[in-house]
Amino acid sequence: MSPAFLYALVGVGLFTLGLYALIVHAHLLRKILAINVMASGVFLVLVALAARTQGAAPDPVPHAMVITGIVVAVSATALALALMLRVRAETGRAELAEEPLE
Amino acid sequence: MSDIHWPVIVILLPLAGGVACFLWPRRSVLLGLLTALGVVACVAGLGWQVVEQGAQRYAVGGWGAPLGIDLYADGLSLLMLTVTAVVGLGISVYSSGYFERARYGQDRARHFWPVWMFLWTALNALFLSADIFNLYVTLELLGLAAVVLVALAGGADAVSGAMRYLLVSLLGSLFYLLGVALLYHSFGSVDIAILAERVEPSPAVWAAMGLMIAGLLLKTALFPLHFWLPSAHASAPAPVSALLSALVVKASFYILLRLWLEIFPFANAALAQLLGLLGAAAVFWGGFQALRQTRLKMLIAYSTVAQLGYLFLAFPLASITGWTGALYMLLSHAAAKTAMFMAAGNTLYFGGHDRIADLDRAVQRMPLTMTAFALAGISIMGLPPSGGFIAKWLLLEAAIRSGQWWWGGVLILGGLLSAAWVFKVVGYAFTRSEAPHEARAVPATMEWTALLMAVLAILLGLFAPWLLALLEIGSPFNRENAG
Amino acid sequence: MNWDAALPLLVLASSLLPGLVIFFLTEERVATRTTLNLAGAVLKLMLVGVMIWGVFHGAHYETRLPLLPGLDLLLRADSLSMLFVVLSSILWLVTTVYAVGYLEGSPNRSRFFGFFSLCVTATVGVALAGNLITFVLFYELLTLATYPLIVHRGTDEARRAGRTYLVYTIAGGTLLLVGTVWLYTLSGTLEFTARGFLSGLDATHHWSLVVIFVLLVAGLGVKAALIPLHGWLPQAMVAPAPVSALLHAVAVVKAGAFGIVRVVYDVYGMQFSASLGVTLPLAIVAAATIIYGSMRALFQDDLKRRLAFSTVSQVAYIVLGIAIAGPIAAVGGLVHLVHQGVMKITLFFCAGNLAETLGIHKVSEMNGVGRRMPWTMTAFTVGVFGMIGVPPLAGFISKWYLGLGALDVGQGWVIFILAGSSLLNAAYFLPILYAAWFKAPAGTWPAERSFGRRETAWALLAPPLVTAFLTLALGLLASAPFGLLQWARFITRLEYAP
Repeated sequence: MSPAFLYALVGVGLFTLGLYALIVHAHLLRKILAINVMASGVFLVLVALAARTQGAAPDPVPHAMVITGIVVAVSATALALALMLRVRAETGRAELAEEPLE
Repeated sequence: MSDIHWPVIVILLPLAGGVACFLWPRRSVLLGLLTALGVVACVAGLGWQVVEQGAQRYAVGGWGAPLGIDLYADGLSLLMLTVTAVVGLGISVYSSGYFERARYGQDRARHFWPVWMFLWTALNALFLSADIFNLYVTLELLGLAAVVLVALAGGADAVSGAMRYLLVSLLGSLFYLLGVALLYHSFGSVDIAILAERVEPSPAVWAAMGLMIAGLLLKTALFPLHFWLPSAHASAPAPVSALLSALVVKASFYILLRLWLEIFPFANAALAQLLGLLGAAAVFWGGFQALRQTRLKMLIAYSTVAQLGYLFLAFPLASITGWTGALYMLLSHAAAKTAMFMAAGNTLYFGGHDRIADLDRAVQRMPLTMTAFALAGISIMGLPPSGGFIAKWLLLEAAIRSGQWWWGGVLILGGLLSAAWVFKVVGYAFTRSEAPHEARAVPATMEWTALLMAVLAILLGLFAPWLLALLEIGSPFNRENAG
Repeated sequence: MNWDAALPLLVLASSLLPGLVIFFLTEERVATRTTLNLAGAVLKLMLVGVMIWGVFHGAHYETRLPLLPGLDLLLRADSLSMLFVVLSSILWLVTTVYAVGYLEGSPNRSRFFGFFSLCVTATVGVALAGNLITFVLFYELLTLATYPLIVHRGTDEARRAGRTYLVYTIAGGTLLLVGTVWLYTLSGTLEFTARGFLSGLDATHHWSLVVIFVLLVAGLGVKAALIPLHGWLPQAMVAPAPVSALLHAVAVVKAGAFGIVRVVYDVYGMQFSASLGVTLPLAIVAAATIIYGSMRALFQDDLKRRLAFSTVSQVAYIVLGIAIAGPIAAVGGLVHLVHQGVMKITLFFCAGNLAETLGIHKVSEMNGVGRRMPWTMTAFTVGVFGMIGVPPLAGFISKWYLGLGALDVGQGWVIFILAGSSLLNAAYFLPILYAAWFKAPAGTWPAERSFGRRETAWALLAPPLVTAFLTLALGLLASAPFGLLQWARFITRLEYAP
C-alpha cells in the first residue's frame, strides 16, 4: 500500500466522519464544521491521488482543483455562518426546526 | 458574425451585469432588464451559430482541453440556455414590478438584482461546461446564489429554508466532487469527451458513479431526497421560487443526464429501473402532498417534486423518444411553473396571504392572474394543446414501445393527481364570494408576465418539431446506449 | 398557404378570435360583444357554406401543420366532417342569439361568451380533425372550454356538477389518449382513412386492437353518455339553458358520438371492426343505453333532468346505427346525429323559456302553460313529436332507417328496442304535452316576468321556433336533392360500397 493510497483512504475516512457528524448534530455550527471536514476529506483524496505513479512528479491539475475547491469552500462557509446568525436572530436557536412551515 | 465567441459572451454578459447592478444599486432595475435583454440576444446569436455550424467547442484563453477550460455547446446545451434565457427574461420583468414597490423595500431589491445576475451567469456557464470539474464549480456558484435569493424573503421560514437548502446543496456538491476525484484518478482527465472515450467499468468508476448520481439526485430533489425543496421554494420571494423550480433544479438534472449518456453508458438496467421507481414515487408522493396543502405556494412546490419525478421516468425507457419526452417535460414545466409561482406571487401581493381556502376573494379580481394559473395548469396536467401534452405523449409512446407500459400508468395517474389540485384551485375563480377586504393593486407587469409565461407553456405544444430538431445537433442521444 | 389549406383554419378562427377578444371586453360593452358574437357566427356559417359547396364539387380542403415528429395537426373537410360542422355552425348561430337574450343583465357575461366561442371552436376542430391526435387535441379542449360554462353560476350545486363533469371527462380523455398512443405504436399512422388503416396489421395484434377499441370507445362514450358513463350529464343540467343546449345538441355529446363514428369507420373500418367482433357488444351497449335512458326519464319531475335522460337515450341511436354494421342503419345513425341535435336544442330552448319567463322548472308546474306561452309550447310540441318519431318529422326518418337497416342485416331484435324506446318516449313526453295544453293553469306561476304583449323576449322565442321549423323541414325534405339523406348515403357508400 503506497503512502498516497493511505492518504486517499484517510480522505475518505474524513469524508465519512463529516457526513456522520452532519447528520447527527443538530447545532448549525457543528453542521457547518462537518461540511468543512467533508470538504477537507475530498481535497485530501484529490491531492493524494495526484501521485499517480511512484516516484514521478505528481500531476499538478488536481492541486489546481483543490485550490479552486478551497476558494469555493471558504465562501460557502462564510455564507453559511452568516445565515446561521440570521437563523438564530429569527428563531432564537441556532438549529433547524423539524417542520419548516405551519 | 460566425467568428464571434458567443459562448464566452453568454457567460460574461450576466456577470458584468451583476457587477454593474452591485456597483450602481439605484439603477439596478434598469441594468438588470438591459442585461436580460442582452443575454436573450446573445443566446439567440449562439443559437444561430450552433444551428448553422453544428456543435461548438471553444477553448477559453486558447488553452486546450487537458489543461485549460473548454466550453461546449450542442443542441442540448442550447436548449437549456434558451429556456434559461426566456424564463430569465420573464422573471426579470416580473421582478421589476415585484421588488420595486413591494414590502421588500429598496434594501432587498438592491440585493436581488446582482445575485440574480450571478445566478444566471452560473447557469449559463454550467450549460456550456465541457468538463466535470467545471461543472462542480458552476454547480456550487449556482447553489450559493440560489441560497442567498431564498434568504432574501427574510423571516424565520425563509432563513431556515435557505439554511437547510445550503447544507443540502453543499453536501450534494461534495459527493459529486469526490466522484470527480475518482474519475480523474482513473482516467487522467475531467473533459467529458475524453472521459467518454476512455471510460471503462472498474470498481473506482462504479464508486464515482454512485457518488455523483447520489449528489445530483439530492440537488435535483428526487424523492426521497426532496425534503428540503418545498420549504425552500415556498418560502422564497415569488420570482425566486419561480427560478428555483423552473431552472435551478433542472441544472443538476442536466448534469446527471450528460453524465448518464456520455460517461456512464454502461450503467446497468437495474439502476435505471431504480431511478424510474424513485421518479414514480415522486410523482405520486408529490401529487398527493400537493393535494393536501393549504397554502398555494406549498402546493406548487410539491407539484415541482412530482414533476421532477416525470423526468426520471426516461431512464428505464432509455430511448430517444423517452429522452426527448423528458426534456420536453423539463422545458414546459419550466415555463408553466414560472407562470404558476408568478400567479401565486400576485395573489400573495394582492391579498397578503396564499391560503387556498380564501382564494376566491382574490382571484376574481385578477382574471389575468387566474388565467395564467389555469393555462399553466393545463400544461402541468398534460392536457392538449400544451408543452406538457407533447411531453406526456412522447413519454407514453416510449413506454408502450419499450413494452414497459407501467411507466405509462405512472404518467397517467400523475396527470390525474395534478388535474385534481389544479381544478381545486381553479374552481375558486367561479365561486360566488363577498367583496374582498383590504387589497393592494398588483402592477400590470406582474400580471402580464405571468400570463405570457403561461401562454408560452401552451404554445410549446404547437412548436415541438422545431425545438426537438434543435436536440439533434450533436445529439448525445444517438449513441448505442440510447437504444 | 393557399385558399384550400387556409379555409379549415379560417373556419376555426371565425369563432376563436372573437372569443379571445371577448374575454378582454368589460362587462358593460354589450353591443360590441353581441356584434362580435353574431359576426363570428354568421361568418363561420358563410365559410362553412363555401366549404360544403367546395366539398360537393370535389375540392380538398386540408391544413397540415407539424405537431410532433411524424405526426401532424391535420384539419380536413370530408363528407363526414361536413355533417357535423354544418350542424354545429347552424346551431351555434341560433344558440348565440338565444344566449344573448337569456343572459341579459346577468354577471360575468364576457367570461361566458368567451368560453362559449372556445367551445364551438373546439367542436368544429373535433369535426374537422383529420387524424386521431388532432381529434384528441380538440376533444380535450372541448372539455376545458365547457367546464367554466357548467360552473358558470358559481353555486355549490354548479360546482359539484362541474366536478363530476371533470372527473368523468378527464378520466375519459385519459383512456382516449392511452388508446391513441398505443394505436400509434402499432400502426405508425393515425390519419383517418375511409375503411380504416388497421386491417393490414399482423393478426397477432388483434387482441391489442380489441383492447384499444374498448379504450377509445370508453373514452368517447363518456361524452356520448353511454351507460355506465353517463352520470355527468343529468347533473350538468344545473348550467344555464344555452349551455345545456350546447352540451346536449351542439357540442359535447355530439363530439363523443361523432368520435365513435370516426373510430369505427375511419380508424378500424366497418368490415374490420365487425371481423374483430366489437360491433355487436357496442350495439348492445347502445341498445341498453336507449332503454335505460328512457326508463330514467320517465321518473324525473325536473324538466331539464327529464330532457337530459332523454338525451342519454337519443344519442345512443347514433351509436346503434353505426354498430348494427349495415349501410341502411348507418344512414339512420348519421342523420340522427343532425336530427337529435335540432330536436333536442328545441326542447332545451323551450325549457329555458319556461324557466326564464315563468320560473317553471318542474313538469308538475307546467299545467296550462300552453295558454300562457303558446308559441314556445308549439315549438316544444314539434320537438316532442319529432323525438317520439311521428311522421313526417325528423325523428321518424332516423327511426325508419334504423329499423330498416337492422332488418336488412338480420338484427331483428333492434326493432323491439326501437319500438320499446318510442313507447317510452311517448310515455315520458306526452303527459307533459297533455298537462301543458289541456290542464287548467294553477293560477299563479312560480316567478313570472312580463314582456308586454309578447309571451317572452324575441331573442328567446325566435331560436326555438327556428329549430322547430328545421325539425319539420328536415323530415319533409329528407329525400330532396342535396338533402341530408343523400349526404348520409354518400358517406356510407364510402364505407360499404364494394
